[in-house]
Amino acid sequence: MTLSEGTGLPAQSPPVEPAKTGHAPANGGQKRSWAGESGESVARNLVLVGVLVALIVIGAVTQPELYSDSTWVWNNIVSILQLASVVGVVTVGMTFVIIGGGIDLSVGAIVALAGVWCTTLATQSYGTVGMIFTALVVGVAVGLVNGVLISYGRLVPFIATLAMLVSARGLAAAISGKQTQISSNSFINSLASDRVLGVPLLVYILAVVAVAGWVLLNRTTFGRRTVAVGGNPEAARLAGIDVKLHTMLLYGLSGLCCGIAAIMLTSQATSAQAAMGNLYELDAIAAAIIGGTLLSGGRGTIVGSILGVLIFATITNLFAINGLSTEAQNMVKGGIIVAAVLVQQFRFKSLTRFFARNRATTAG
Amino acid sequence: MSTHAEPTGVEPDVVLRLTDVVKTFPGVRALDGVQLEVRAGEVHCLLGQNGAGKSTLIKVLSGVHRPDAGTVEWLGEPVQFANPQAAMKAGIATIYQELDLVNDLSVGENVFLGHEPRRFGFVRRGTIADRTRQILGSLGHEEIPARRMVHALEPAGKQVVSMARALSQEARLLIMDEPSAVLAHDEVENLFRIIRRLTAQGIAVIYISHRLEEIREIGDRVTVLKDGRTTAENLSAAGTPTSELVSRMTGRTIEYVFPPRPEEPPQTAELLKVTNLSRAGEFRDVSLSVAAGEIVGIAGLVGSGRSELLETIYGARRSDTGTVELGGRKLRAGSVGAAVRAGMGMAPEERKSQALLLGEPIYRNMTLATFSGLARLGFTNAGRERAEADRIAGSLDLRPLDVRRAVGTLSGGNQQKVVVGRWLLGDTRLLLLDEPTRGVDVGARAELYRVIRRLASEGVGVLLVSSEVPEVLGLADRVLVMREGRVVREAPSHEIDEDTVLDLVMSGSLMEGTPA
Repeated sequence: MTLSEGTGLPAQSPPVEPAKTGHAPANGGQKRSWAGESGESVARNLVLVGVLVALIVIGAVTQPELYSDSTWVWNNIVSILQLASVVGVVTVGMTFVIIGGGIDLSVGAIVALAGVWCTTLATQSYGTVGMIFTALVVGVAVGLVNGVLISYGRLVPFIATLAMLVSARGLAAAISGKQTQISSNSFINSLASDRVLGVPLLVYILAVVAVAGWVLLNRTTFGRRTVAVGGNPEAARLAGIDVKLHTMLLYGLSGLCCGIAAIMLTSQATSAQAAMGNLYELDAIAAAIIGGTLLSGGRGTIVGSILGVLIFATITNLFAINGLSTEAQNMVKGGIIVAAVLVQQFRFKSLTRFFARNRATTAG
Repeated sequence: MSTHAEPTGVEPDVVLRLTDVVKTFPGVRALDGVQLEVRAGEVHCLLGQNGAGKSTLIKVLSGVHRPDAGTVEWLGEPVQFANPQAAMKAGIATIYQELDLVNDLSVGENVFLGHEPRRFGFVRRGTIADRTRQILGSLGHEEIPARRMVHALEPAGKQVVSMARALSQEARLLIMDEPSAVLAHDEVENLFRIIRRLTAQGIAVIYISHRLEEIREIGDRVTVLKDGRTTAENLSAAGTPTSELVSRMTGRTIEYVFPPRPEEPPQTAELLKVTNLSRAGEFRDVSLSVAAGEIVGIAGLVGSGRSELLETIYGARRSDTGTVELGGRKLRAGSVGAAVRAGMGMAPEERKSQALLLGEPIYRNMTLATFSGLARLGFTNAGRERAEADRIAGSLDLRPLDVRRAVGTLSGGNQQKVVVGRWLLGDTRLLLLDEPTRGVDVGARAELYRVIRRLASEGVGVLLVSSEVPEVLGLADRVLVMREGRVVREAPSHEIDEDTVLDLVMSGSLMEGTPA
């Protein structure tokens, strides 16, 4: 289910619009509120939308018969969204961490640990609330351990979360005894199987998390601190912001997203095991980067990250409907990551120049 | 570039001659007619206050900047260095204050960095070690092992390695930018020994230092810069009276428009009280006070501990001993948050790296310390932030007056206004300003001065650090002079003049200086 794995999906293609349009108005608001920066990020996101559309067109051109069946098209959209939902939630947390100047390599392992912990027989005996509570608490707690190590132990984020990647998955294997733990909780299992208005509940969860993430980043003091801490930690510190505390909280937030994702993934498989969520860190980082998040921190958007996830899911889907191999798929994805970063570097510079010139002429 | 390297005998000595060199940057005429003549085998000292153009001159000589007008003659031929490598190849080596060594390479690898002797593409490690030993020997430092890692060396040793690197490229002119600043007292003697060895081999040295005693000891001739111009050329380093040297550096012609001081003296209500504050290796036993509505200026050289003192008062560095009280309440050491909550604000020395989010809009930079206070239940209030920022921007005459612009697009002076403006938004009672006008053009300076004075008249206490002595004297009500981590003099600004301050910071001769 990770984006880098091909899944034999039905047929596919176009309108991935729902999730995207859901955010568009919000982004418009952002544009109104501060012209410069977001004018640019809106432009960047429009390019991503263009890429999505192009991918859909490629799908329609390569599989015209499938696309003539509207039921198939709808089902395909739903399958893309479902494919994107779990990694999407993880990516929202990752986006915060990266904007805040860090990196979290342990997300996949946290998903596994939270998933395994919430599906032990003991936990399942506490019912739905007990399972959800456990997954979220485990996610937040492990994230905060990362945060404490990084903020107060002064470990480099890469190292701290790499260590957590290894040990959290180890703990997950120990708890599960390397067995697959079946979830017998009907509510949790229904999240993936039940649909409202034809859309699986998982997709709604992603939508809620994404909207909450957008609000948190753009409308709250927490989001403002995140940008400040990642953009210039020294300036943030000298302005009286508690950089260490905030950094710690960011990893806690990432852990929380992993806890949510663990429930979703458990629901999809109706089980949990120590290998689940494998390589999610790479998918989430790649999606955030493609979405325009600066790896050095201080800049990034939730909309961009979600578009990044959707692009990856659409590619996976495109390869599946054309019956192409996972290997080819992975090679293309690698190329897309590189291309996205190159294009953005180029565009960022030229756009900045363009805006500066424009301003200079209009400001007089 | 230099085709004939041999001295012709006609004019044997002069290796470098600058005539009417001009270099301008947007808004600043950094060099405005520099004359300089350096002879082989001499130590030529450059004197001048901060901002006189010494750094720019070094950068022109070392190929970082190209002059806009005037000629640079090197070994008798006019030259234009395209880049630092070209200057180095021609035989001009520069040793900067922050030594540009790679800490995790060995001494030998550093000496030959970028021009390693090679055979078939493989670095000849043995040759490097041998030749490094030889060069270090010629500097009288054969005790430094060529294979030792540079990070294991003391600052003095690193400086020797820097010089060895210059020699490895057959430098004929060595430019040394305040080489003694990183050295302890007894190490300076050793540095001078090395310099004498170099000059004995015919190598010319341009020596930049603020310490007159050093210039007297090591220098042959002195050239003085002021406002980017040569004000005195080829004075005798040993024979020229101190008063003459200082007077050539002072009385700068730049128009400093200082706002008038208030008629009545500032209130005596003590706002900031610093008692016996110390930080190992930075400053010792500093006590000072700032009253509400008073501007107190700290003068001193870079490295005298002024900026460190300011940051420690602000809590950005943790003091070893001593206390900071604001409005009678003791502040927790090492906590910026506590200082800000108590009503302190600081405009740090490095605007871009320490104060601003360059890609973020002006208003968000202005509200960086106050956005939480303007928020409700954790939700930011962008409208109110912009309104507040607009108000401050208007009162600071920010240009352009669009608070949604990215702050990185502003000029240096306007960026500084944003940093100062940040603290006008909250309930700031004490403002710490570190080099508030660095990189700010003349017009914007006058505006900043007015803003600072106005703040004081509204009851805000201001503690100001500046390398520019006229600025401290012109703006402050009271002046502290710092040298080597100690306050060596405190006086009302009308009782002390520029020459006295310079003399204090450069030689300490007016006080029995007890270096920290």
